[in-house]
Amino acid sequence: MPRLLQLQHIRKTFPGVVALDDVSFDIATGEIHTLLGENGAGKSTLMNVLTGFYAPDSGSIYQGEQKIRFASPRDSLALGIGMVHQHFMLVPAHSILENILVALQNVPLLFPRRQLRDRIYQTIEEFGLDLNLDTPVWKLSIGAQQWIELIKLLMRDCRLLILDEPTAVLTPQETEKLFTVLSKLKQQGKSIIFISHKMREVMKISDRVTILKKGRSIATLERGAFDQNKLATLMIGNDSIPEWQKSLPFSDELILEIENLSVRNERGLADLDNFNLQLKKGEILGIAGIAGNGQKALAEALTGLIKVDSGRVMAAGTDITRSCARSSYIAGIAHIPEDRKAVGIAPDLSLDENLILKNFRDPRFRHGIFQSRSAIRRNAEEKIDQFAIKAGPKGSPVRLLSGGNIQKVIIARELSEHPTVLVALYPTRGLDIGSAEYVHKVIAEGAGNGMGTILISEDLDELYKISDRIAVIFRGQLIGYADPATASREQIGLMMSGEVPQ
Amino acid sequence: MNLSFRIEKREQGSALFRTLATTGSIFIALFVAGFLLLSAGVDPAAAYLEILRESLGSSYGLSETLVKATPLIITGLAVSLAFRMQIWNIGAEGQIYMGACGATWVALFSGLDSPLMLPAMFAAAFIAGGLWASVAGLLRARWQVNEVIVTLLMNYIAILLTDYLVYGPWKNPDGFNFPLTAQFADAARFSEYFNTRLHSGFFLALFCALALYLLMERTIWGYQIKAIGSNPGAARYAGMRTGLAIFLVLTLSGAIAGIAGFSEVAGLQHRLQHGISPGYGYTAIIIAWLARRSALGVVIVSLLMGILLVGGDSLQLSWQLPVAFAYAFQGLILFFLLASDFFINFRLRRVKEVTDA
Repeated sequence: MPRLLQLQHIRKTFPGVVALDDVSFDIATGEIHTLLGENGAGKSTLMNVLTGFYAPDSGSIYQGEQKIRFASPRDSLALGIGMVHQHFMLVPAHSILENILVALQNVPLLFPRRQLRDRIYQTIEEFGLDLNLDTPVWKLSIGAQQWIELIKLLMRDCRLLILDEPTAVLTPQETEKLFTVLSKLKQQGKSIIFISHKMREVMKISDRVTILKKGRSIATLERGAFDQNKLATLMIGNDSIPEWQKSLPFSDELILEIENLSVRNERGLADLDNFNLQLKKGEILGIAGIAGNGQKALAEALTGLIKVDSGRVMAAGTDITRSCARSSYIAGIAHIPEDRKAVGIAPDLSLDENLILKNFRDPRFRHGIFQSRSAIRRNAEEKIDQFAIKAGPKGSPVRLLSGGNIQKVIIARELSEHPTVLVALYPTRGLDIGSAEYVHKVIAEGAGNGMGTILISEDLDELYKISDRIAVIFRGQLIGYADPATASREQIGLMMSGEVPQ
Repeated sequence: MNLSFRIEKREQGSALFRTLATTGSIFIALFVAGFLLLSAGVDPAAAYLEILRESLGSSYGLSETLVKATPLIITGLAVSLAFRMQIWNIGAEGQIYMGACGATWVALFSGLDSPLMLPAMFAAAFIAGGLWASVAGLLRARWQVNEVIVTLLMNYIAILLTDYLVYGPWKNPDGFNFPLTAQFADAARFSEYFNTRLHSGFFLALFCALALYLLMERTIWGYQIKAIGSNPGAARYAGMRTGLAIFLVLTLSGAIAGIAGFSEVAGLQHRLQHGISPGYGYTAIIIAWLARRSALGVVIVSLLMGILLVGGDSLQLSWQLPVAFAYAFQGLILFFLLASDFFINFRLRRVKEVTDA
C-alpha cells in the first residue's frame, strides 16, 4: 500500500515532561489506522504535531521521499490533514451552511453560494445523511454536529482525517452509521486516524493499530494480528488491572425515589419531563441514553445544583426535592460531575485544599473560623494513600495533575463521607483503561457497602459491565428498565432512540 | 537557514528566579527611563541618586515615603482582596472618597470626644466605603451586572458628591470660601511621630495587611474566596454560596478602601477637601496586580511606589522636571514587570528553520 505520511522518531518535550519520546509510524493511503494508548501516552501531543500546532524537538515527517515541516496548522491543512476534535469548533447561532463555508479556502470574494450549496448536498447525499443546510447548529444533536465537522474536512479535500474519540457522543446506531461512512471514505482513498478507547470499535474498524505507551510507539499491528486481549495487554503492559467484584445482590429497600420530576432549562424547554426512577440500596443503576437527553439535568437536580419545576425526590425517606448542593451533600448524595475541570476541582488550589472542598466546614478541619492545616494535611495523606493518587509536589496546584488523578481526587472527596447515593455522570469519560477500571472498582466496592449508584454513561460496554439494571432515558423521560444479563445491545439502542419496549 | 522563535511554557520557576526576574525588570525600567532623563538634559545616575536620597536618605524623606505609601497599602489590599475572587474593583478611588466623607461627618458633627472619636470615624468610613461598593456587589451577585463598569462609574459620583459637600453644606464658614471643611478637633486626628508627618495610619495599614493575610490564608472564609476565585462552578457545586460571597467580598473591599479615606483625613489633611485622593484608587489596581495576590507583596510594592512619588517630587524641585516624569517611571516599571511576568511563565526557544530545496 502506498504510504501517505511517515513519522520517524518523533520526540517532543515540555519542561519537565517528555510527552513524546520516540514515535514512529506510517499512514497508508486508504486505511483506517487506530491509535491506542492510555491517557498521557502522548496521543494528543502526537495529533498536535501532525496538525502543525507543535513542532517536534527531533524526528521527521516524510511525505513520499520528501521531508516536510509544518510551521503552523495552515501548512498541515494545505497538505490535506484535517481533524475532528473532541470539542467541536462550530458557531451555534449560524446555519450548517455558514459553518461549512467558514472552513472553505480559496473561495472567491463573491462566492458562488448556490454552486457550493449543491456541492455540499452532493456530499451529504453520497453518505446517506439527512441534514438541512439552513438549520442553525444549536438545534442539532451532538451526533449531527459531528457530521458537520466531518463534512467541513471533506469539502476541503482533506486526504487524512483524524477523528479524536468520535464515538463518545454517539448512539450505537449512529456509531454504525459513522463506521459505514468511514469505510466508504476509505474506499475513496482517504486515510483515517481513529482514536478510541472502546475495544469493540477498535477491533471492528481498524486496518492497523499502533499502540502508544509512555510517549513511545511500541507496536503497529495489522488486522488479523491483534485481538482484544493482545491490545489491552500491550497498552497497559505489566500494570495489573485491579480486581473488582460486581456487587452482591442488592436489597429491595428503596433509597432514592424520583416521582414525576420535571426540570426546565433556560430556554423553557423540558430537560426532564415527568421523569421517574427508583434506586435500591446497594444497586448500581446504569442510565443509558444519547448525550443531551436530560442526563445532566438529572444529575444536577439530584445534587441540588438546579431548580426543580415539579415532582419529588425522596432520599431514604427525606424529601430533598428543593435542597441546595450543600444540603444534598449532607443528606448523603455524592456526585462525580461530568466536566471534571469545570466543576469538579478548584484548579489553582492545592490537592489538600481540593480534598476538603465539600466538607471544609467540618469541625475536624477547623478551629472556629481558622483552618486546621495539620488536619487538612493528614486527611490528604490518608486519601492519597487510600486512593493511590499520584500527587505532585506538596502545595502545587491540582490542575497540574493528570486527568485520571484529578478524577481520583474527586472520587476520594466524594466517597470519603460514606454517601448513601452516588450520582456519577460519565465518570470514566476520557480516562484510560487502568483509571476507568479503578473507578468501576470503587463504585462496586461502594455498592457492596450499601451505597446506591446512579451511573450515567454513554458507553454501553461500561453499563453492561457493572450495572445491576439499566434504565434508558430519552428526551427527559424514562423509557424503561432493561436487565443487562438478558437485554441485547440492539434493544437498548432502540430504547435510546425513544422506542418503548413491548 | 534563518532563525525563528517559539514561545513555550516554562516550568514553575523557583522563588529565587521569580524574585530575580522582578528585580531585574525594575532595573531595566530604570535604564530605559534613563534615556528619558537624558533627553531632558538630566544625568540619570545623579537623578536616581537624588530619588534615593530624597525618599530614603533622611528621616524627613523616609517619613514622607511611608506617608505616601499608607493609602496605597490600604487600597492595594482592598483591590487585591477582590482580585482573589476574580472580582475587579475599579472603584477604590470612589470608596476612598466615601470613607473620607463618612469619617468627616463623624469628626465634624458627632460631638464625640476621645477615646470614642477615632473608632467612630473608623466605623463610619468602613461602613460608608462598604455601602458604596455594596451597590456594585448587589448588582453583580443578583443580576450579573459587570462590576467593572459599576464601580468605575460610581467613582465619578463619589468624587462629585464630595465636591458638593465641601463646596456646599460642609464648607468651613470661616474658610474664605475655599472648598474645605473646618479643621478637625485634636480628638479626630491621628498621632504623629518623630516630628514628621508620619501618622498612625501607616501602622493601621500594616495591621490591615496582617489581618487580610490571616483572613485569606488561614480562615475558612479565605478558603472559600480562593476556591470561588479559582473556579466558581466547582465552588457552587461544592455548596458554597457564590453570589453571597461576591456581594460580601466586594463590600469588604470597599470598606477597606474606605479606611484609606479615613486615614487620609484623620492623619494627613485633618479636614475634608476637594481632591483628597490624587488617584490612589487607580494606582492600587496596578499595585494589586504587581503584588501577585499577596498581602506582603502589596506592602512592598506600595513602598516602592511611595519612593517613586517622593523622588519624583524632588526631581521637580531640583531639575524642574514635569510631574509627568513620575508617572512615566510608574508606567515603565509596570510595563517591564508585566513583561517579566511573561518571561517567568514562558520562555522563548530558538527554532532552527530548515529550508528544503
